[in-house]
Amino acid sequence: MLALLAKEPSHGYQLRARLRQALGPLGDAMNDGQVYVTLARLEKAGQVTCETTAGAADRPDRKIYALTAEGQQRVAGWLAEVSWPKPDLAEFHLKLLAATAARLADPIAIIDAQRRELLRRLRDAQRAAMAEPARSDASLLLEGVVLRLQADLRWLEACERNWTGRKAES
Amino acid sequence: MTDSGNAASESGTSMVRARGLRKEYGRDATLVRAVDYVDLDVTAGETLAVMGPSGCGKSTLLHLLGGLDRPSGGQLWLAGQRLDEMSERAMAALRRDSVGFVFQAFHLMDELTAAENIELPALLAGRSPRIARRRANQLLDQVGLADRARHLPSQLSGGQRQRVAIARALTNEPLVVLADEPTGNLDSEATLDVLRLFESLHIAGQTLIIVTHDSRIAATADRLISMRDGAFIDETRLTGGTSGRLGALVNLDG
Repeated sequence: MLALLAKEPSHGYQLRARLRQALGPLGDAMNDGQVYVTLARLEKAGQVTCETTAGAADRPDRKIYALTAEGQQRVAGWLAEVSWPKPDLAEFHLKLLAATAARLADPIAIIDAQRRELLRRLRDAQRAAMAEPARSDASLLLEGVVLRLQADLRWLEACERNWTGRKAES
Repeated sequence: MTDSGNAASESGTSMVRARGLRKEYGRDATLVRAVDYVDLDVTAGETLAVMGPSGCGKSTLLHLLGGLDRPSGGQLWLAGQRLDEMSERAMAALRRDSVGFVFQAFHLMDELTAAENIELPALLAGRSPRIARRRANQLLDQVGLADRARHLPSQLSGGQRQRVAIARALTNEPLVVLADEPTGNLDSEATLDVLRLFESLHIAGQTLIIVTHDSRIAATADRLISMRDGAFIDETRLTGGTSGRLGALVNLDG
């Protein structure tokens, strides 16, 4: 949200529109209230200021939000960060090991169930990508989602090979 | 009543049906069971993906289904017609008239233009040049390449070549389109174009069987079969998808 404000001071509805364009169908789950809640939180934290302008009477949204110096610093810090959200591979790996050790479940069945779930997610992402016009902002994001799910599916294949091998040995 | 008559009633609504289908190469110690007792039913209008690592037998299976290769055993029907008992001559006519093939390497004729490549199957089937041309123009339009009709394959991008190849597969309005790694040589944007095209064929009711190791294609099919060592090991029905909360895929939910 701060980064979207970095361009210029904006009305809440302008921020909402920018966010929509950037995220495409991936942003559908966000509701408009979240934008204002977030802005209020940032204002309290001193990273955003809010000025009420005397606009036209028929405009309900007369607040203009802008970054404070602190907010600008936070954006700069965020851009320099190299964090990368990670899917929880370790948890899944431990699930397989624990299920087998305690004979609670068949690891292959766990892998199959997980693969089906990832394929369904991939289907949703791929369908959304197919519905996007080429080279839209959201299509680039969707490509990232698709590539990531493909990588996870490849790892599940490796899990399956490995656990099928273990089963055959035991 | 003839055998094929019985088969037609047995095969019900299946466009493609296989029972105990086998294909073996070599013998004794070098025997390879490329397709190992496969049972398959594909309903008309369905998009089926067969996925598996290279060497799992998925391409061999596709060749059997399209009559490019003869099974070692088992029974196979296409729209009620028994393929495994068919004469070579009848099989050639069936491949030409009822099956559309799409390959990873496109297999277009280099010296023919896009339009001429698409016309070729119609001309071989005995259509007049005028009708063949009209069909080619219609298909070029459908695959979004109306402005590339006179281009040679070498003047087209990989994605455009594959779309020409798909148009060619559709020339004689086949009962089934069989695609072998159709996006294997394509970047993600061209892959999306091909997937969009398959989706429009699916909506138009075309029966489609795709073998691939690309999970992107597999995920867009109605049904996905996983194949290992010549046999089917898992089947997933994908229609329906998730609860539809796309935002959850990028941690934007809630």
